Amino acid sequence: MSVGYRRDMRWLGGFLVVLLLAPPLLGNNYYLTVLTMCCLNAMIAVGLSLLVGHAGQISLGHAGFYGLGAYTTAALSTTLGVPVGLSMLAGVGATSGVAALVGLPALKLKGHYLAMATLGFGVILSILFNETVGVTGGPSGFTGIPRLSLFGVEFSSDLSVYYFILALLGLVIWVAFNILHSRVGRALRALHTSEKAAQAMGIDIARYKLFIFVVSAAFAGLAGVLYAHYLTFIAPASFGFLFSVQLIVMVVLGGMTSVPGTIAGAFFLTVLPEFLRAFENVEILLFGAILVLCMMYLPDGLAGGSSRLWRLVWRKMFVRAEKDPMEGGGNG
Amino acid sequence: MDQASLLQYLITGLTVGATYGLTALGFTIIFNTTGIINFAQGEFVMLGGMMSVFFMRALGLPEPLAIVLAVAGTTLIGALVERLAIRPVRDCPAINLVIITIGVSILIRGAAMLLWGKDTFALPAFSGAAPVAFFGAALMPQTLWVLAISLLILAGLKMFFSRSIHGKAMLACSFDPKAAALVGIGVDRMVLLSFMISALVGAVGGAILAPITLTSFDVGVMLGLKGFAACILGGLGNPFGAAAGGLILGVLESLGAGLISSAYKDALAFVILLALLFVRPSGLFGQKDGKRV
Repeated sequence: MSVGYRRDMRWLGGFLVVLLLAPPLLGNNYYLTVLTMCCLNAMIAVGLSLLVGHAGQISLGHAGFYGLGAYTTAALSTTLGVPVGLSMLAGVGATSGVAALVGLPALKLKGHYLAMATLGFGVILSILFNETVGVTGGPSGFTGIPRLSLFGVEFSSDLSVYYFILALLGLVIWVAFNILHSRVGRALRALHTSEKAAQAMGIDIARYKLFIFVVSAAFAGLAGVLYAHYLTFIAPASFGFLFSVQLIVMVVLGGMTSVPGTIAGAFFLTVLPEFLRAFENVEILLFGAILVLCMMYLPDGLAGGSSRLWRLVWRKMFVRAEKDPMEGGGNG
Repeated sequence: MDQASLLQYLITGLTVGATYGLTALGFTIIFNTTGIINFAQGEFVMLGGMMSVFFMRALGLPEPLAIVLAVAGTTLIGALVERLAIRPVRDCPAINLVIITIGVSILIRGAAMLLWGKDTFALPAFSGAAPVAFFGAALMPQTLWVLAISLLILAGLKMFFSRSIHGKAMLACSFDPKAAALVGIGVDRMVLLSFMISALVGAVGGAILAPITLTSFDVGVMLGLKGFAACILGGLGNPFGAAAGGLILGVLESLGAGLISSAYKDALAFVILLALLFVRPSGLFGQKDGKRV
């Protein structure tokens, strides 16, 4: 086990402990809802950061995968009466399958062309969610989805659903760290740096790209099925182009290659609009301004910014006294 | 399907396609000098339409003057965006700049909503709304205005890039900014100019389309999307491709709406776009990617 892996696992442990203890401290149902949404968005963002930050492939269609998972499980469990656990599995399975079918031709494209292809795919899905009224309920939404239940046991309180989602988020992060610290992760970083060089080293770039695309879509699908059974109501507006863009913003704002940073980005962008509610009309204005300023003054994202701040504080407090022994080591 | 209605769809498609083409040109101009996709491009189009309406209604100006003012105002906003949000961080990776333009687009949309509300507005047609019969199809006078002005803009841009010293300098920047700087071209100034021209072209598109499709604070999202799609369809970085891509996209959409169903018109356009990308990965008129390792 490498040092980096152990550090990441310690971080994951700390993160889960904090979120386990958070609900009693917050003590308010509204905060719990926001926190649950943070976890769901973080789930998608972590997958997307594997794809965008590490493999260097863009997707502007992940909201579509999120919606696909949600609508699949909603239609199966509500309309056809399939047990919730099974329909959730089917939702994640369907999302992965569709991702494989789309990824196969799409991942041959590069850069802006790939962005366009995934964007187009997302738009097509969002039109389908809106127009196939018989299956999805159309623009007014899909109501009456059963609550989360597994093996006949229903998660009746919001708190239990939160813990279930948190456990799955932990699992998603654990899988992500394991991918990153494995042969696959190294292959992805290699093909990000140079596809031709990676190919010359014997890396099957098409297969690895498809693999990580399907994994990130599956994470989005998982978040989607959980979302559907958590809120018991879904509408196409939640799965549109703007949400895809917001997901990319979470990854970049968090700091591209850092999983903790991405999670911070997801939490920040989910919580921010809730805080800005207080400003009513100028809410969206402030949101845009904060986004621009963050990107301008934190070019390495929240992860880079916070580690820079940490170094600064560290120097201010200790380095002067000891005649800077941290000068070389503190820059890691 | 008789010929008259086919012609009708074609005309409708070309009209809308012309504005997609103008939006796409805006994308192309900024992409060529900076290498970034400006997500606020659709907002420039929205501003062109909304500011025209505002100047006409609130200030009671005659329509041509209102449109000129709106275009000038949008150009100014384009310049401000570059000066305040792009230039200070020009050395950041492209993806950061793209996210900044996303933020700017949210900001502009929010400001428009705050100023003008969520209503939908119409701009009066430039010269009456009585349709002219044209081989059995109804031709709105505004359609002619849209096509004529778009062609004019295209010709103007062509002249600018091939004749004027500034245009040539911008072209040089798009080939290689470093080499351009070495021969004494102020790359910063060219980037500023590219934002201004993009905003201008976008605003003109927004103003001439507003009498046909109505306008509101959030039309920029979809128009921006279509403009970007048109760019990619034609091959990113190629101005001719962008204009042609816009027209093709507009016609496809209008045919899809007429022949299949209007609910799926956007879906159809994107399905064809995807199919095309899978066959020709760098667009219709894009150059084959011959990058060396």
